[in-house]
Amino acid sequence: MAILKVDNLNKTYSPKSIPVKNVSLTVKDQEFLTLLGPSGCGKSTMLRMIAGLEMPTRGRIWVGDRDVTPLRPGDRNMAMVFQSYALYPHMNVRANISASLRLRKLPESDVNQRLRDVSAKLGLDSLLDRKPSQLSGGQRQRVALARALVRRPEVFLLDEPLSNLDALLREQVRAELKQIFERQSAPVVYVTHDQTEAMTLSTQVAVLYDGAVQQLAAPSEIYHRPANRFVAGFVGSPQMNLLTLMCEGNCACLGAYKIPLPEPIARSPQAIPQTIVLGIRPEDVAVVEPASDRAIAEGHCFLIENLGTAKLLSLSIPHGDRDRLTLRALVPHDLPLPSDQISLHLPSDRLHWFDSQTGDRLG
Amino acid sequence: MTSPPPSPALRSPLPSPPPRRSPAIAFTLAIALLVIFCLAPVLWQLITSIKVNADIETIPNIYWPSRQTLSHYAELFVRRPFFNYLFNSGFVAIASTALCLAIGTPAAYSLARQPIPGRSLILGLILIVTLFPYILLFLGLLELARAFGLGNNYLALIVPYTAINLPLTILVMRSFFQQLPRDLEDAAQMDGYSTGQMLLNILLPLTLPALVTTGILTFIFSWNEFLFALTFMTEESLKTIPVATAQLSGASQFETPYGPLAAATVVGTIPLVMLVLFFQRKIVQGLTAGAVKG
Repeated sequence: MAILKVDNLNKTYSPKSIPVKNVSLTVKDQEFLTLLGPSGCGKSTMLRMIAGLEMPTRGRIWVGDRDVTPLRPGDRNMAMVFQSYALYPHMNVRANISASLRLRKLPESDVNQRLRDVSAKLGLDSLLDRKPSQLSGGQRQRVALARALVRRPEVFLLDEPLSNLDALLREQVRAELKQIFERQSAPVVYVTHDQTEAMTLSTQVAVLYDGAVQQLAAPSEIYHRPANRFVAGFVGSPQMNLLTLMCEGNCACLGAYKIPLPEPIARSPQAIPQTIVLGIRPEDVAVVEPASDRAIAEGHCFLIENLGTAKLLSLSIPHGDRDRLTLRALVPHDLPLPSDQISLHLPSDRLHWFDSQTGDRLG
Repeated sequence: MTSPPPSPALRSPLPSPPPRRSPAIAFTLAIALLVIFCLAPVLWQLITSIKVNADIETIPNIYWPSRQTLSHYAELFVRRPFFNYLFNSGFVAIASTALCLAIGTPAAYSLARQPIPGRSLILGLILIVTLFPYILLFLGLLELARAFGLGNNYLALIVPYTAINLPLTILVMRSFFQQLPRDLEDAAQMDGYSTGQMLLNILLPLTLPALVTTGILTFIFSWNEFLFALTFMTEESLKTIPVATAQLSGASQFETPYGPLAAATVVGTIPLVMLVLFFQRKIVQGLTAGAVKG
């Protein structure tokens, strides 16, 4: 097994269209890297360049100590699972899975052995003689997976494989995927826009936006210490509250209350900006008694969404003279809410601070 | 559930569907008329070919002959080498169809998927060639045939037929290739197929309907083509069916052998009909076997 190294990869179509801007990544054995980002952020382009289906404008790709950049996709010893499965319609499942092995002139006994192993692992034994048109979506997806697994490649590439499945099936297959890839050691690169998949499946997540890596870290780091405003807003559902507040002295003003700024900023008076972005996740916001001295914000609740295990409250908080800010809080479903006016406590260890200009994390 | 109360649903009565007249009868009648209109000449030839000579020349025309004869057919095959003509037509048509598909399909794939400099120019040129009336090529081809000594040689027909049908083949196959999902080619590349292998093993089976359609069009053109066949094949044993049929003569120069002519027409049409009928099923099969949605 080998290390996949992507060095300064760049894809430029025109001066205005640069889907991948000088991205460098490393994926080691046993690692599962997810490229996470919204549509159009360049993640699929990156994956295709790693696979060899597109040529990078600049940059190199290494598998172990081999520079695979000039090689054709079939020579890179990588296997890919496509979003639309891309099974050969005129061949049955058996032929689909073994096609790549036969092309490489593997001995018949090896081909059969591998086919049997993979088929047993993915429960395809009864489907081997069917054509893709006779399979359900979930079955087709397993065949696509089998086609990749049977090759025992040095790198696995998956391009949004769960996107075409319905929600229930998606959860099930997600669990299966995790188990399958935990049991093997080749590095995996996974592309998705679904943060749940990213969080549950990966050992490392690279959040991409506009062609550049916003943050590359383990899922918990991405969640608890987002590197910038984009990552903070993209990861986490319900979305993190991001409030732009004015700064006075060494505090940020949220309505009538003042929230002390974090240490590194508060220490040097010159560094205190005019405005700052405060981030707090709805599940970290606590509802307190109106007269409590822990109260930091107070607002009028105009919307309650029942999510089953919890309720999502949307509160409107007066800010400055005329503005109102919206803050959302995730509270237990059985929490009594006697009135519309609700007081909130924002724990200081759950606050995230971002520069209002650059969006970078502060403190 | 959101807490603001839902607004009451607006209901309006659906308009009742319009009363259905019976369109089936008018539809069937229209189709019947159309079929009769299209098949009339062929049917007339069929009837003429089994009429006795006396009945053919009777005025008013006899539409339903009471006497039938197969002597005209016998005359075709006994007195004249009609099997030869059938073979010649078949050979030339099959060869030009095969060549057309063999050259046109890879060309079409290349123009559909590969980034070739000047692709639009090439496509434009191909399109212009399609619009060119092929008869204007006649004199030029005559000179070429004379220069290469290709008179009375199958090549003199096969090459022009292939060339004339290539543009259509390329354009049709190209648009078909463009409709195939790119993912399939990506998957084939990842599996290790070379471009040629991919074309042969993966894409070709999927484009069977288009192949059959363009193949049939090419075949029909080559089979029915008259002018070049008349000019380049003067030897009796190399003539094709249209030429041979036109040159059928009767007992004297004043007698037009309507009977054998009709029989020759029928014999010349039957292979085409059988071909289309046979491949019609293949076309339908090709369309339903294996949905391409991944």
